[in-house]
Amino acid sequence: MSAKVQPGSPVELITADSRAQIDRWTTKYPPEQKQAAVMAALNIVQQQNGGWLTIELMDAVAEYLQMPRIAVYEVASFYTLYDLEPVGRHKIYVCTNISCMLCGSDTIVEHLQKKLGIKLGETTSDGRFTLKESECLAACGGAPMFMVDRTYYENLTPDKVDAILARLK
Amino acid sequence: MSAKPDMSTTQPPDADMVTIEVNGEPLRAKKGSMVIQVTDAAGIYVPRFCYHHKLPIAANCRMCLVEIEKAPKPMPACATPVADGMKVFTRSALAHDAQRGVMEFLLINHPLDCPICDQGGECPLQDLALGYGKDVSRYAEKKRVVHDKNIGPLIATEMTRCIHCTRCVRFGQQLAGIMELGATGRGEHTEIGTFIERSVDSELSGNVIDICPVGALTSKPFRFTARAWELTSHPSISPHDCVGSNLNVESRRHKVMRVLPRDNEAINECWLSDRDRFSYTALNSSDRLQSPMIRDGGRWQEVDWSTALEFTVAGLRRVIDQHGSNQIGALAAPASTLEELYLLQKLLRSLGSSNVDHRLRQSDFRDDQALPPFPWLGQSIEDLESCQSVLLVGSNIRKEQPLLGLRLRHAGRKGAQIMAINPVDYDLAAPLAHKIIASPADMILGLAGVASALAARGKATRDRLPDWLSKRVPTASEQAIAQVLATRKPAAVLLGNLAASHPQAATLRALADLVAELAGAALGVLSEANGAGAWLAGCVPHREAAGKAANAGRNAYSMIREPLQAYVLLGVEPELDCLEGGRARSAMEAAEFVIMMTPFSPASAPTAAMQYAHVLLPLAPFTETDGTFVNCEGRWQSFTAAVRPLGETRPGWKILRILGSRLGQPGFDYSTIDEVRAEIDARTLTPSSNLGERLLPPELRVDTNTLQRIYEVPLYRIDSVVRRAEALQQTADNPKPAARMSAVQAASLNVNDGARVRVRVAHGEVVLDVAIDTRVPDQCVLIPSGYPETISLDAHGAVSLEKAEKA
Ligand code: SF4
Ligand code: FES
Ligand code: FES
Repeated sequence: MSAKVQPGSPVELITADSRAQIDRWTTKYPPEQKQAAVMAALNIVQQQNGGWLTIELMDAVAEYLQMPRIAVYEVASFYTLYDLEPVGRHKIYVCTNISCMLCGSDTIVEHLQKKLGIKLGETTSDGRFTLKESECLAACGGAPMFMVDRTYYENLTPDKVDAILARLK
Repeated sequence: MSAKPDMSTTQPPDADMVTIEVNGEPLRAKKGSMVIQVTDAAGIYVPRFCYHHKLPIAANCRMCLVEIEKAPKPMPACATPVADGMKVFTRSALAHDAQRGVMEFLLINHPLDCPICDQGGECPLQDLALGYGKDVSRYAEKKRVVHDKNIGPLIATEMTRCIHCTRCVRFGQQLAGIMELGATGRGEHTEIGTFIERSVDSELSGNVIDICPVGALTSKPFRFTARAWELTSHPSISPHDCVGSNLNVESRRHKVMRVLPRDNEAINECWLSDRDRFSYTALNSSDRLQSPMIRDGGRWQEVDWSTALEFTVAGLRRVIDQHGSNQIGALAAPASTLEELYLLQKLLRSLGSSNVDHRLRQSDFRDDQALPPFPWLGQSIEDLESCQSVLLVGSNIRKEQPLLGLRLRHAGRKGAQIMAINPVDYDLAAPLAHKIIASPADMILGLAGVASALAARGKATRDRLPDWLSKRVPTASEQAIAQVLATRKPAAVLLGNLAASHPQAATLRALADLVAELAGAALGVLSEANGAGAWLAGCVPHREAAGKAANAGRNAYSMIREPLQAYVLLGVEPELDCLEGGRARSAMEAAEFVIMMTPFSPASAPTAAMQYAHVLLPLAPFTETDGTFVNCEGRWQSFTAAVRPLGETRPGWKILRILGSRLGQPGFDYSTIDEVRAEIDARTLTPSSNLGERLLPPELRVDTNTLQRIYEVPLYRIDSVVRRAEALQQTADNPKPAARMSAVQAASLNVNDGARVRVRVAHGEVVLDVAIDTRVPDQCVLIPSGYPETISLDAHGAVSLEKAEKA
């Protein structure tokens, strides 16, 4: 389906490599339901763009999967997985859902905010970290926990947090 | 209860039916239907917000919770399918508690601004809060606030009031066919809107105002002008397209305040197009002509009716005496009522002239004699939904007849293949199975190809087909269209407004008729406004009322091309309503006497009428007169005036009646409008859309080598009322007139998007901006009519473009 892209089409914003990745997903669905690949597609273009989505990129996905633009905005604004504003090099998702909260996620959040000098939802001025709050990430057994980029870190303490962050440039 | 017959035994068992019990009362229900559908049909009330009988089910508001025996918890009636023996309780303690609980949650974030909310007094949330709400709120926390969105000139938003029922979202997805509104964010941060700032552009957008159960979406033009309970509602019929939508005109102290749909399942269901809903704003504009005026010796003066009529009669007499009565012609707006159109032609004919016509945007009348008694859809509007294949010929149906477009979208969803042969690749908000997008000349060839492909399938026709047709080797698309039409039944071929104004309209009609015959499809003709009524009234030069043959007079085109000495204009603004505005102006200017019956003062219009007209008679628009419109199904719908005529305005039928009498003609002494209507005895006419004789030219001459103009009249420029409806003028459907062409065409002419070009046609030239438009085929330039900027251009034929200086 990697048909030729019309010059001037918003699809041009999606790199050939990203398109190839999206195509792997669309082939998993019947052709008239290729919109089912929207979540994967958004993830792919988000990565291509350094971790966040622009309106233009969402429009490109809409065009590529032939779905209404607003339907793509609905998905992108619903999931915490997508960022609609510029982010740091590393995204920290601190779980504050019930198990983590009972096991002290408040302390972790407080420590992170103090250490990084930012509040939840913000990005450090050096562009290194974005701090986000997250609902249950299904690792309650290791509460309190956070996910940095794509890695889970469990049974957190302030010291452990320091050690983890120190390794991330 | 015992008085009710036991349905399960008195009715034959039906495999499709089940019996359920609601509040102890047995009810028969169709398998698969939802509980709420059964209770609604039985008149048992279940509260609801998100459920709407015309929309897909979302079941997200939970207001409709009811108790169902054996179910562990209350169930949503809108999403619970019936089962045999099911026992439902809509008012039990459990049900009522659940409903009250949901109400409490819904009110948590809803503002208490009913006193300043336009929905107040007609708000389901307000009503249900009365029935199910608590007297005291337990909620003491902060309420959420949502920023309002600007979604265009028609719909006002107050999004803090939204309860997220998603009716508006589903309307866009399913009915309008374009999803413009969505629910973004989640949980407490969910918002309904367009996400990025943009307008909602559907031609049906106003319907979300009606279906929104709260005051989140309200009418912008109506905003803060009246309270619902101050309004008087009056049933009426829409004059803007051939659907004849049923509406309620709502007024206060004889001023129309708003227009709402009136349910009629057979016609408009519960919907209304934006054009029908918002055109009323023009009726209150300062442009209205409020008293008769005459121009004596170059000066306009307001006069009383008697003086104006005397002046009119004297003018007509003078022309008849000096030039003969065949030097008088009458042009009528197709949005006029049946009775006005009838009396207009009766007046002309009694004076001895048959020069009367309403087909102002047509140039090819060769097949006049062969045409059926009135333009007919070929089936009922409802039946359109069950078609399995539909071929549109020269129709942007979505904008020409918005509610027929909606029916086609339904048909498409039920599996119909929709196809088009059009001069522009219009977005019909429904997938097109096959299409031929071609210049006007190539449209003929395309349709001929379909006919020849069908003929090759062996179906015989009564005609001997000319060589150019029978020898045409069909292209792949022509083959495909033929194949679909021949195999998917019921099938329909629909001729639209662009087919009527096509330079070789008669050939196109003949071919469409041939294709319909060969394919076994119904042929339908979609006329402008009350076109069907105009034909039945005899407002065509070659037929009297009810289709009776007449001594043919001059048609609208010929009356403009070969000017007459006197014109009677009924609701017409010649420059904007006639196919060739420039020539229409010249014809009027050359005439000795021009009578204009019009609701609006021409002083405000971009026409030269103040220079060429001699008398202006203030004509009542549809809200101020009794009358009848006949829709494309041949359905007669009579209505009465919703409000008093403004100022000295008079209903058209009364103006024409008195003109007839003052001119000394017999048969104009009607005392009621019913007597006028009774004279049009069309009951014996059988509707038909097939042609008596097909005018297939022995040879086809098409010019495919020169750049051609494509003519269209955008939906908010079609008549004098919508042209003055400010809010409609501001919509995206009314872009600045431009010379629209494909990128390839622009490149070959060496012009860019936005460049100024001088556009020349055989008669007339103007300077316009170039707009790159991917919908336009090569070798063509799409230039809209109905705008002051393009008045002077002829509609058809070769165009040349050259760069002009930037203004
Ligand atoms: S705006 Fe109205 S119709 Fe749309 S979701 Fe909100 S309450 Fe429902
Ligand atoms: S609550 Fe934190 S991972 Fe489940
Ligand atoms: S009406 Fe049933 S859930 Fe909304």
